[in-house]
Amino acid sequence: MQIVDVKEKWINRINTVTIGATRAEGGTRARTVTVGGETTLPLLTFEGEIPNPPVVAGLVVDVVPPDWPDALKKAIGPEINSPTEWAQKAVKQFGADLICLKLLGPDPLGKNLPADHAAKTVKALLEAVDVPLIIWGCGDLEKDNVVLPEVSQAARGENCLIGPATEKNYRTLAAIGKADKHKLIGEAPVDINIAKQINILLQDAGFDIKDVVMCQVTAALGYGFDYVYTIFERVRIAGLKGDKHMALPQIANVGWETWKVKEAIADEDVLPGWDRLDKRGPRWEATTAGGYIQAGADILTLAHPESIAITKQTISELMKGDQ
Amino acid sequence: MALTAMSIYKNLPKTNCKDCGFPTCMAFAMQVAAKQKELTACPHLSEQAKGEFSEASAPPMKLVRVGGAGAEGFEIGQETVMFRHEEKFHHAPAIAVKIAAALSDGDAAARLDAINKAQWVRVGQQLGVRAAALELDGLPADKAAARAKALAASSRVPFILMAKDAGVMGAAVGAIAGKRPLIYQASATNADAFIKLALGHKCPLAITADSLESLADLAKTAKDRGVSDLVLSLDAKNPAKTLRQLAIARRAALKKSFRALGFPAMVDASLDNPARETVMASAFAAKYAGIVIVNGLEASELLPILTTIQNVYTDPQVPNIVETKLYEIGSTTPDSPVLFTTNFSLTYFCVAGEVERSKIPAFICVVDSGGLGVLNAYAGDKISPEKVVKTLEAQKVPDRVKHRRLIIPGLLPSFRSEIEETSVWKQVLIGPENASGIPAFLKQHGKQ
Ligand code: SF4
Repeated sequence: MQIVDVKEKWINRINTVTIGATRAEGGTRARTVTVGGETTLPLLTFEGEIPNPPVVAGLVVDVVPPDWPDALKKAIGPEINSPTEWAQKAVKQFGADLICLKLLGPDPLGKNLPADHAAKTVKALLEAVDVPLIIWGCGDLEKDNVVLPEVSQAARGENCLIGPATEKNYRTLAAIGKADKHKLIGEAPVDINIAKQINILLQDAGFDIKDVVMCQVTAALGYGFDYVYTIFERVRIAGLKGDKHMALPQIANVGWETWKVKEAIADEDVLPGWDRLDKRGPRWEATTAGGYIQAGADILTLAHPESIAITKQTISELMKGDQ
Repeated sequence: MALTAMSIYKNLPKTNCKDCGFPTCMAFAMQVAAKQKELTACPHLSEQAKGEFSEASAPPMKLVRVGGAGAEGFEIGQETVMFRHEEKFHHAPAIAVKIAAALSDGDAAARLDAINKAQWVRVGQQLGVRAAALELDGLPADKAAARAKALAASSRVPFILMAKDAGVMGAAVGAIAGKRPLIYQASATNADAFIKLALGHKCPLAITADSLESLADLAKTAKDRGVSDLVLSLDAKNPAKTLRQLAIARRAALKKSFRALGFPAMVDASLDNPARETVMASAFAAKYAGIVIVNGLEASELLPILTTIQNVYTDPQVPNIVETKLYEIGSTTPDSPVLFTTNFSLTYFCVAGEVERSKIPAFICVVDSGGLGVLNAYAGDKISPEKVVKTLEAQKVPDRVKHRRLIIPGLLPSFRSEIEETSVWKQVLIGPENASGIPAFLKQHGKQ
């Protein structure tokens, strides 16, 4: 029997955002990465197109996060102690499409490294790998306001994706994004109204939101994942329905958030009957990523080589046609 | 399809006899339209009206029970929305683990034992495998029946009986029919015999076909023959296609009242690569399978899937709160440290989990913050030093411990001086901002 037609008519296209600049474009990247451009919900290619599959950004941290479990450090290998070697391994061996550098070093609660240290790391990374770069501040907004401008300048012309731009620091970010030709991450604290507000604020500050990727302070599976998953869905639906302030690609910082939660860091001695951490951790990360892909994520940051591999495979399988 | 009060009224006797408990037929019709009353509360309906209504007023997706009544089975289906924010998802999918036909009786029993034990408590909820998928093809009929019977006798969960051969299926269903196993699965080649089995044994039936169109045909055939406890079954050969089919079937049922697909769905997601299976099974469970069959029985394979279900099926309209009381983690003594946190369940369970991880017994005083996390509660004036002190008193914490040291959330450093000045808690310690810092903090400050 004929199945009733269930197609929705979406009226708007999600913005496309390209990260990275080749030599011809004023940068030094061998290739660029483009995300967004959807005219339908994830997977539902019978009523629209998904021109750019989601991409995996290999997470690299400038200093080794003190809370990361040994199982993760071991899986990444000794290169974890050198951001440049780590990034090279993430691209060549793990298969990352681009690199996300998390600048934990400047965090005042941690090592409190100066801005020029971060700028040097960024420069070194740009020399070590030729894929596009995402640069993520430590999250202390005062410190980010000092560090990110220097970092931005160090990467001038490379068309990086830099963040987070929040309600409190969007002016600084808009200014450096414009001055040094970078894309920005707008970040909201698990609140869909603020998520939209940040885009409006960036626009008002003169930054084109066609150059913005949205982030909702990613929650790892089991830790508010339901809230963020639903915001991803609502943002995407609003964007497809025509809300220009919501029609933006979305990034899920899965790698950074997953390796803080009990299920990814505590081994069997703490969680008896929960299986070995070296198996559980990467699956927690990959399943979190898979969930966000279904909800509308365009960029996933991931740390563990195994979850990078599974997620790459998940993406290629989910992008298949019906044949 | 939602019926309007007017369309219901048209088919009522219009006598205003009040036997339904309402003053007029119209008042009653409005109650039915608002789903506050069942149509059957009017004792004077004509047979014809009854027939028309039961079809039109049935929920767009059937509720199907697998297994026995109560905790011995589970219900799936009767979903109402495509996205959880539109209302909520109602019946969490059941994860079923396969028991291969090729296993020896002893190995099959051991696997069932592992399925029985595959249960965990996570943030206060029991999670676990909820069905055993027993493969029977390849076994002789009498052996299949004996195995089904033997395993069912010691099973915590209901069975999905998997066979293509009607003789094998008939023997196995016959052996455990009282436990209402799901018959898996009727297809173009065996539909006639399998529908007969479902009818004869009053068991739910999974149906499959190579397209949604043929699946709808098969559903209609089964329904016309009296089997309406149906589950639409799909395979995972091309997960993208399967996820699209799940979305189309659900949309057709919920948004277009397309009855032939108005049933819960299931996916056999058993794959050889465990990590891939975990990720794909989670995807099917999130959108929109009612049953997902897997091979993996390790906690690292099942917990991500079960947690995905736990999260996606959380009711977004209900604040997630825990009881505001004093919680004791581990064997506390009057020397054990005291912490306070909010009654937002995620916050509480993160704190409780970390205290547990520290292996240092402690008291956690949960303060009513209206279901908000620490920062939001503070920003919204839902938590104050005064409220914390009062709650500690109400929970008789000063009587439970000898010391007067209180560990407060690192996100509320400003509470310290006021609590110290206005209460018996003279030594306030500012804890970590992140729950993950609790074990280190307790090791340093928790002991005398
Ligand atoms: S019982 Fe039926 S006929 Fe009587 S008032 Fe109610 S709806 Fe009308």
